[in-house]
Amino acid sequence: MSKRIDVKDLNVYYSKFLAVEDVNINIEARSVTAFIGPSGCGKSTFLRTLNRMHEVIPGARVEGEVLLDGDNLYDSAVDPVSVRGQIGMVFQRPNPFPTMSIRDNVLAGVKLNNRRISKSDADSLVEKSLQGANLWNEVKDRLGRPGSGLSGGQQQRLCIARAIAVSPQVILMDEPCSALDPISTLAIEDLINELKSEYTVVIVTHNMQQAARVSDKTAFFNIAGTGKPGKLIEYGDTTTIFNKPAVQATEDYVSGRFG
Amino acid sequence: MAANQTLQRRQSHLTRGHLPSYAVWVVLAASVVLGAALATLIGFSVVGWAVITAIVFVITATIVTAVAEGERKAKDRLVTFLVYGAFLIALLPLVSVLWTVLERGVPGLNYNFLFTSMNGVTGAVDNQALENGTPVLGGAYHAVVGTLQITLWATLISVPIGLLTAVYLVEYGAGRGLTKAITFFVDVMTGIPSIVAGLFAAALFSLLFGPGTRTGFVAAVALSVLMIPVVVRSTEEMLKIVPNELREASYALGVRKWRTITKVVIPTAISGIASGVTLSIARVIGETAPILVTAGFASSINMNVFSGWMSTLPTFIYYQILTPTSPTSPDPSTQRAWAAALLLILMVMLLNLVARFVARMFAPKTSR
Repeated sequence: MSKRIDVKDLNVYYSKFLAVEDVNINIEARSVTAFIGPSGCGKSTFLRTLNRMHEVIPGARVEGEVLLDGDNLYDSAVDPVSVRGQIGMVFQRPNPFPTMSIRDNVLAGVKLNNRRISKSDADSLVEKSLQGANLWNEVKDRLGRPGSGLSGGQQQRLCIARAIAVSPQVILMDEPCSALDPISTLAIEDLINELKSEYTVVIVTHNMQQAARVSDKTAFFNIAGTGKPGKLIEYGDTTTIFNKPAVQATEDYVSGRFG
Repeated sequence: MAANQTLQRRQSHLTRGHLPSYAVWVVLAASVVLGAALATLIGFSVVGWAVITAIVFVITATIVTAVAEGERKAKDRLVTFLVYGAFLIALLPLVSVLWTVLERGVPGLNYNFLFTSMNGVTGAVDNQALENGTPVLGGAYHAVVGTLQITLWATLISVPIGLLTAVYLVEYGAGRGLTKAITFFVDVMTGIPSIVAGLFAAALFSLLFGPGTRTGFVAAVALSVLMIPVVVRSTEEMLKIVPNELREASYALGVRKWRTITKVVIPTAISGIASGVTLSIARVIGETAPILVTAGFASSINMNVFSGWMSTLPTFIYYQILTPTSPTSPDPSTQRAWAAALLLILMVMLLNLVARFVARMFAPKTSR
């Protein structure tokens, strides 16, 4: 249960502004891929094109192909909603639904779509998802309490549980630890390591040590200057990117000489 | 000086002269006495006393502070006094209105008033009640029924239209020409005088069902013209403050847009929407003019909003004051009018309490 992603000649636009130019990348199934690069270089924008969340913003559009196991996500007949059902997403700031309990948050993907689910199935789905997100032991006694009462790190793991409860093929994470303390970050990183046995994980991060710790492959994005489009500079095995990068800009960035 | 030495405490250079906390009260007491004296000089009255005391107190206290504590503290104190003064002045009319309505309304607020109509109550009945000293007959039951019915129907019309308009404005129409047009016309509608709304509804219904069509429902339409912009505005504000992250979280789970709106956005904003709706009801429940031209005036109970004239509490008050049931002795009518005014205020207060309760009931839970 996980699929690979192949991106071909992808250009991403906000109205007329070209934000990311000409990306070609192959993301393998059951692996962790990290996107690194300076702020504003289009990592998050590119990540959001992988599950068609990009077009939620008015005026945003895409040229090129994103293939999920060979199926083009941007085919005109494709329903973006079904794409998002297969490619889940975790955001920068934890965003549990404030009106729902912890249990209902985990079941949100099922309940919001009005899919019928028996109580015993729901119970086992909640337990499985929360255990998958390493949160079960902390919240099993208070599943009926509001999700917004948890700590930031717990909320983020709740959001991961919510994302894996709809059993996606791919999980995208947009700087999932940037609002968290080191202990919670460690918990999320451990979780990412476990998730990759079942899912394809793509993570955007500003923290290069984090990229080095969790990812199998790393993609370095850069931008030539403000107003210019972001580009994929180099993509390869994480150890190669951090130890022997082929491009000087990557070397400068990962060694901290950048800017 | 060596690093391990500790400085001894000395007379502080950081503090300055400081008035003891009772100083203000002493000045106040002196001002009250002085105020009384000055007020007596120009002819004593409680109002004059209060005004002079206030002026003397503010000036003296500021000067005393300026001398003892310095200019900055004096300014602080002066502005504090002015703010409290403004608050008291703003409170005066409210307290005065409440007091007057309570004083004159409570005697008329009895079983008869609440549960009988004005049907069969003539000037002769009022005169007799005055002569014999028996309780005043006749009441506002029909007006209470009319108020509740007309407001209910106005709410039933306005809430769906207003809610859906706001959903369109916030969720679908961002940046479109239609959105700008709707926003503009909603703003214009907010400023429509209520009598114009009444005339509009009256004209519309005479066009559709023949001239002189006056029923409770026509009045409800007139009130909804006034209510819709308020509902749209408040709902729009509430939907706007729902964080975009929640919508995105929902989309990312593969949830459709309209489901996201009905199951995530509206539930998150429901407490604000509910209190906005309640406040818009409170806004129209006291309308008089549009009711007069659309529902006419009735003195007997009419439960059917779709046929026959109706009256509401405001029109009831209006007619009781303007054309007393007994022209020779208007006192019973006046008493009924004040009782109706008190009842109306109580209803609006109750609505506000309900709004708060509803808001609290629906509010997102954050407790641990």
